[in-house]
Amino acid sequence: MAFESLQDRFAGIVKKLRGQSRLTESNMEEMLKEIRVALLEADVNFKVVKEFVNNVKEKAIGQQVFTKVSPGQMVVKIVHDELVNLLGADQCDIRFEMNKPTIIMMCGLQGSGKTTTAGKLARLFKRKMAKKVLLVAGDIYRPAAIDQLVTIGKQIEVEVLNLGTSMSPVEIAKKALEKAYMERFDVVIIDTAGRLHIDEVLMKELQDIEQEVKPTEVLLLVDAMSGQDAVNVASTFNEKLHLTGMVMSKLDGDARGGAALSIKHLTGVPIKYIGVGEKIDDLEVFHPDRMADRILGMGDVVSLVEKVQEEIDEKQARRSMTKMMDGKFDLNDMLAQMEQINRLGSLGGLLKLIPGMPKISEEDQEKAKVQMNKTKAIINSMTMEERKHPEIIKNSRKQRIAKGCGLNATDINRLLNQFEQMKKSMKEMSSLYKSGKMPKF
Amino acid sequence: MGLFKLLKEKIVGKSTVQKDKYVAGLDKSRRNFSSRLKALASRYSKVDDDYFDELEQILIEADVGVNLALEIVDATKKDVRVKGISNPDEINEMLVDKMFVSYAQQGDDIQNEIKFASDGPTVLLVVGVNGVGKTTTIAKLAKRYIDQKKKVLLVAGDTFRAGAQEQLMVWSKRLGCEIVAGKENQDPSSVAYDGIKRGKEINADLIIVDTAGRLQNKVNLMAELSKMKRVIQKEIPLAPHDTFLIIDATTGQNGVIQAKAFKECTDVTGVVITKMDGTSKGGIILAIRDELGIPVRFIGLGERMDDLEEFDLDQYLYGLCLGGEE
Repeated sequence: MAFESLQDRFAGIVKKLRGQSRLTESNMEEMLKEIRVALLEADVNFKVVKEFVNNVKEKAIGQQVFTKVSPGQMVVKIVHDELVNLLGADQCDIRFEMNKPTIIMMCGLQGSGKTTTAGKLARLFKRKMAKKVLLVAGDIYRPAAIDQLVTIGKQIEVEVLNLGTSMSPVEIAKKALEKAYMERFDVVIIDTAGRLHIDEVLMKELQDIEQEVKPTEVLLLVDAMSGQDAVNVASTFNEKLHLTGMVMSKLDGDARGGAALSIKHLTGVPIKYIGVGEKIDDLEVFHPDRMADRILGMGDVVSLVEKVQEEIDEKQARRSMTKMMDGKFDLNDMLAQMEQINRLGSLGGLLKLIPGMPKISEEDQEKAKVQMNKTKAIINSMTMEERKHPEIIKNSRKQRIAKGCGLNATDINRLLNQFEQMKKSMKEMSSLYKSGKMPKF
Repeated sequence: MGLFKLLKEKIVGKSTVQKDKYVAGLDKSRRNFSSRLKALASRYSKVDDDYFDELEQILIEADVGVNLALEIVDATKKDVRVKGISNPDEINEMLVDKMFVSYAQQGDDIQNEIKFASDGPTVLLVVGVNGVGKTTTIAKLAKRYIDQKKKVLLVAGDTFRAGAQEQLMVWSKRLGCEIVAGKENQDPSSVAYDGIKRGKEINADLIIVDTAGRLQNKVNLMAELSKMKRVIQKEIPLAPHDTFLIIDATTGQNGVIQAKAFKECTDVTGVVITKMDGTSKGGIILAIRDELGIPVRFIGLGERMDDLEEFDLDQYLYGLCLGGEE
């Protein structure tokens, strides 16, 4: 209830705007108000919101409303484009040194995810870029912080420099640098203790490390759940250190992550990576356009498309497509399709990526998953012959299948009806396609 | 403006160590907020719409949330009109009154200390998202009750994050209290079960169960928490006697969703707000109280073991809004 997407918010207003040919100050007022609330609820900083809403207003006023789109959609598009603009039009990656070790220093508040992200980065560089990586345990303050990094290092088979807690972090960083040169490491990732930006002693320590090792990249960790104060934190870190980028952590939660936008806008520090889960591979390159969608609650179409492309076995897809076109689609194909969808990961995660779908609760998603498993069980309990020619399934066969999958005959009837429906709509599609009314796939 | 003066008298009269620390800890966060309120009052000789707009901004920037901020400002506006007040100073006092009353009315009387069972061990379950300071807060709470001569047992229920078990073990050694730990990736429910059993054996007064940080939209992880609770109840039917949700002061509007989700699966009885020694105002606790009625019980003001205080609404609002006067 608290976090409707901007599109939902617009739904009511848009009706009033129907038939208006241009966006004007007066017909946009309510929409701008909604934009403002949506952004504030997404934790975008107050000052940034103010500036942003004014920008959108200027851009939008006087724009002609195309006949095909509603004025609401027009405004959403303008807002989206502006957000992308603010977030930085390009994505940017880590800069690697050519002939010497690349030093990456992690910093941030307590609990922002420095150690976990250090591990994820190490894994990424090792696996995808075949770099020789050294992790440096520089958090000597929090109990067992070093153990945490050592454990992660073991998991991903990356060496961890552990000099205990009695040496100062500056000394540790120096030693790490020596080691990196001696043993020819490509990348050195220095983990540091979490600290408050107003803790002068500890901030000085970071400055000393920076001075000593001259890192290629200084990355600030920002929690996706951060509120209005995130800009103060980032600004102070940026004043004291030469930040080269941000990593936003915990974006697998349902926080909108508006702080990212504010920080990028007010400090100019680009977001380089985002953390999307607790597993060691859950780190992604940052895409401004996707973040814009997330802040607006619009779902993430591009991510969806990419995910689908990665996971779906293309040959398999083509095979069912041809069969479908010939009207030969059978239960085997239905099962295969289902398994492909399963392979895409949790249904919930997928649905969330589709705009207009955010209302589906986790509970409903779980239900859908259960339903899907049932369907699979039923089809798996049929003979090959039955799957190819479902029309032969009569009462006694139904009884047998029901026993086999632990459900009853009504469930089987439901599935068969569903299948008939699917087949029918596919036939219609195929005739459209053959008569040239549909684009080629 | 009676209430505000009352507040102040109450606090000034309370010349405890606690107050000084509170004020010192909150110093950075309140300085900002209160000086802005005062600057606002001095810039405006009379009250107009711009004044209220700025008031709204100050509240929103404290993470109070758009809805609650608008509510407070609208109510203040209405009062101002009815009572014909034009002096900005008086309005600021009224604002604090409003926040106080709205918080106090949202639920029953608040007891900050853990509610000890009359018989047998009392169980405290500690939950929250990742990185908010659960383990550190547990150490602080353990210290607090050890100082009160209670026999405390820690249960390291975070079997997921690397180093979490070790972290709590270090604390238990420093505090000199017993700990039940599990193995890496062991089912946390079974660790909890072992912990509760051990607690009964040694006749502990307080068993504090740590849990792994989890984001509230992960259905399976939230179900795991419910399971932990059920397993604990098998051994001690009335447990957990208290469930604390730890919230980081820097948390934005997601805090309300967090509180809601955790409340649904573990029946949260209180919030502990951590990292209040930074510049964040922690206004989200007001929104949480407003929407869900969950009270704040303790407040974390630093990294040392003693840096945990009982939450006191008077002092919080006083520190946040009007503290910088003396």
